[in-house]
Amino acid sequence: MNSPVGTLLTLAWTFSLMSLLAIGGANSTIPEMHRVAVDVQHWMTDAQFADMFAISQLSPGPNVLIVTLIGFQVAGVVGALIATLAMCGPSAILAYYVSNLLARSGHSPWPALLQSALVPLSIGLMCASGFILAQTVDRSLIAAALTIVAGAVAMFTRLNPLWMLLVGGGLGFAGLV
Amino acid sequence: MPLDPLPGDSRAIPDLKLVPPGLIELFFAFAKMSLAGFGGVLVWARRAIVDQHKWMTPDEFNEAFALCHFLPGPNIVNLSVVFGARFRGIPGAIAAFLGLIGPPVVIVTTLAAIYVRYGEMPALQRTLAGISCAAVGLFLAVIFRMMLPLLKRRDPVALSLLIAVFVAIGLLRLPLTWVLLIAIPLSIAVTYALRRRSLA
Repeated sequence: MNSPVGTLLTLAWTFSLMSLLAIGGANSTIPEMHRVAVDVQHWMTDAQFADMFAISQLSPGPNVLIVTLIGFQVAGVVGALIATLAMCGPSAILAYYVSNLLARSGHSPWPALLQSALVPLSIGLMCASGFILAQTVDRSLIAAALTIVAGAVAMFTRLNPLWMLLVGGGLGFAGLV
Repeated sequence: MPLDPLPGDSRAIPDLKLVPPGLIELFFAFAKMSLAGFGGVLVWARRAIVDQHKWMTPDEFNEAFALCHFLPGPNIVNLSVVFGARFRGIPGAIAAFLGLIGPPVVIVTTLAAIYVRYGEMPALQRTLAGISCAAVGLFLAVIFRMMLPLLKRRDPVALSLLIAVFVAIGLLRLPLTWVLLIAIPLSIAVTYALRRRSLA
């Protein structure tokens, strides 16, 4: 099952399914990505997964790009492209058809109802994402403190978030985290 | 590009551009907002589509985004497809999608290659570990902001659903597919029943 084609098919299938399960956005599937990539498929270690999250946050563009990094880690450039297209394609096609349907059917009560039904689930998933990521990266008291301070600064000031990433990187480089 | 409306223009109505954007224009507009967006493209998308290019009114933008938010998948990717298709059909959807995702994918793939080559270096590992800690902090702040309206409403049904999903996925680490196959119909049924009751 570890043939190159088998691996690419697993990537494609895993992320196409995830695309349709990502309610509220790509970040709500981080626990599932972690479960599949680290625990089920053993594509990477816990620490590597945390590194991918960090790199995706450092890069410009939509936050779905963590998928590109996972794909690259598994199967190089081809893996990166397959994972990205699999994660974006199915939901994009669905969005295209639903938006056409709604444009024709006028004002239906269903979108509003679906939205209020899905918001709590999506936020629950995001909380799980945050929890799993924090468990993965915060392995010392200083690391946890850095997370809390960065969160508080983002919460209460309008400072550009890149500064927090830079400070975190600097502290890490200096061997303090 | 004139910043102020010319004399005689109606200032009250934000008049939209009459000429819909072409394929190349769509590609570059989305590439630009994508590359500007560190930690979220939505703000830049609104700025470009509504304020700068005047391709949509604020209400149209909100409506399109609400649609992309309740549908599954990366929201902003969905938005690029819905937006591109509205002006130029399927070719427009593809142009906007490639603009949004193409340039950052090139950047991220380059970073990934560097990571695979040098990821074992202790200095790089330490630096990335520090960045991850800060990045998770920023992420938690975003989640907390999203949660605030729900906490303020003290809606017991929504909060129980939220906690149930958190426990199933975050603590028990159950597969997402099974959790959602149960949670989505349940949540829709409860929301529907509550609306019916409040209308009756």
